[in-house]
Amino acid sequence: MAELFRRLGAVAGALVLGTVILWVLFLVVLPQLFMVDMSLRPHLPVPEQGGPADVRSLANYATLFANDAHRGIFLRTIFSAALVTVLALVVCYPVAYYLAQVARGPTAALLVLGLVVPFWVNEILRTFSWFLILSRNGLLNQVLMGLGLTEAPLNMGGVGAVMVGMVYAYILFMVFPLYNAIESLDRNQIEAARDLGASWPRIHARVVVPHAKPGIAVGCIMTFMLAAGTVAVPQLLEALPGGTNARWFTQVIYSLFFDGGDWNSGAAYAFALLVSCVIFIFVMMRVFRVGIADVAK
Amino acid sequence: MSAKRLVDLFVYVYLALFFAYLFLPLVFMVAAAFNDSRFPTMLPWQGFTLDWFWGFDSRGRAIGLFQDGRMGMAIWNSVLIGLGVILVSIPVGLAGALFLQTIRTRAKSFLYGVMVSPILTPGVILGISTLVFWRYVFDVGGGLMLAVIAQSTFIAAYCMLLFLARLERFDRTQEEAALDLGASHGLMLRRVMLPFLRPALLSGAVLAFLQSFENYNTTLFVIGIEDTLTLNIATRVRLGLTPAVNAIGVIMIALTILGAVVYEILRRREARATPVEPVAAG
Repeated sequence: MAELFRRLGAVAGALVLGTVILWVLFLVVLPQLFMVDMSLRPHLPVPEQGGPADVRSLANYATLFANDAHRGIFLRTIFSAALVTVLALVVCYPVAYYLAQVARGPTAALLVLGLVVPFWVNEILRTFSWFLILSRNGLLNQVLMGLGLTEAPLNMGGVGAVMVGMVYAYILFMVFPLYNAIESLDRNQIEAARDLGASWPRIHARVVVPHAKPGIAVGCIMTFMLAAGTVAVPQLLEALPGGTNARWFTQVIYSLFFDGGDWNSGAAYAFALLVSCVIFIFVMMRVFRVGIADVAK
Repeated sequence: MSAKRLVDLFVYVYLALFFAYLFLPLVFMVAAAFNDSRFPTMLPWQGFTLDWFWGFDSRGRAIGLFQDGRMGMAIWNSVLIGLGVILVSIPVGLAGALFLQTIRTRAKSFLYGVMVSPILTPGVILGISTLVFWRYVFDVGGGLMLAVIAQSTFIAAYCMLLFLARLERFDRTQEEAALDLGASHGLMLRRVMLPFLRPALLSGAVLAFLQSFENYNTTLFVIGIEDTLTLNIATRVRLGLTPAVNAIGVIMIALTILGAVVYEILRRREARATPVEPVAAG
């Protein structure tokens, strides 16, 4: 801490230290601790809060696992988010490789710009654009009926629609980390492997992928976290015909808070979601052998 | 040779499909805003119209986006929140960056992890934990102020990473020289460090505003009964969808592209900028 005051002086040093302490305590650490504390308490009417019945237990978490509907939605959310992550990785890898290693000059710059622009378009609007494609009078139904493939419009809502919307909404969070990682690979390494007779699959497995590990880890973590934690995409696509059976876990949490008023169960469910994401992050960091400083930068 | 041709062809087709997948849905959405159809769709095309921006239906009711007062309120709220987030995130991010770059304790990587953790936390969790904490400790309920606080938890971390990257390129001998030559710490900060950081501060402000303006997941939990632009769009899609939503989309995409271009220009200029401007006497 002494370095801080030596470098910045007493006034600025104290300001910096104070701001950091306030930030970490009031915006990062304490809110999470209060959420956990709330998740451990029973849902009581206001007069009984703090009374003899207000004891901490894991009851709210037990409810999550005892309630078949909620547990099902929780597991489906985690599984679907993982599937969205894998799909995004598979779709993006060739694009990222091409942009980073094959394309050159103005073509490469233009293609990267083509990724930057949709990246900045809002998640809600990106989801809405798919809503319009999949809706009853939407583009896909118009095309299908125009081609005579179906007589009446199809109901396209459901888990599949939500996943399509998510891949679309979050695919760029996969492309950029992959692109950045692959771009830093020296082209000569690929040339050398090819000159030595390695096949393309082998070059990717032994040269490109090992080098791109941090990028793959970051892309997977961001995509999974966004997909598991979004409420925007399922809330919008739920309005599609046939979409009501595709509830996402975040929607369950939302309705616990604002329809049921049971903040305690809501906090427990939210913490369960957070723990799943943290486990995913640690698994990725372990599998790809990267540190936290590689992940968030 | 022909095998290579085939591979090239395959690669081009794949790239074309990928970029079509990225852009076509947005193009359809924009086109539908100008289609004279009651439902937002590009097909069948029923003629060009600007009614969904400003117009009346056959019974004389206002249907255009700009005739909707609630929309104006929502945009105003989004702007207010965005400005609030800049005011919180820039100083906090700057303090965080200076702190992490200066300290030498062993806890540094742990502190770094704590400070960037909001970036890796789902947005809904940030909203919920902020809501619970401020409700029970300060009796502050959902509203514009809480939206600023909740969004700042992760946006400040983004700003911090931006400033940290800039500070890494700072030549520390310059600040030492300023102090050795008799400048006070305050003068050194004002005349040496802040001018060096200025481009990053500017792009940080743009980034913070854009992130805040388009946020949905965090805001949904902490906004209370207020409305913001993204919340308004989502409500319209679920209840009473008309192509006026597409008109919002057109405007937002135009503004976003403008903002993104400004941000990219600032970032590139910042990356190229010379280390420090000359220190003026005084």
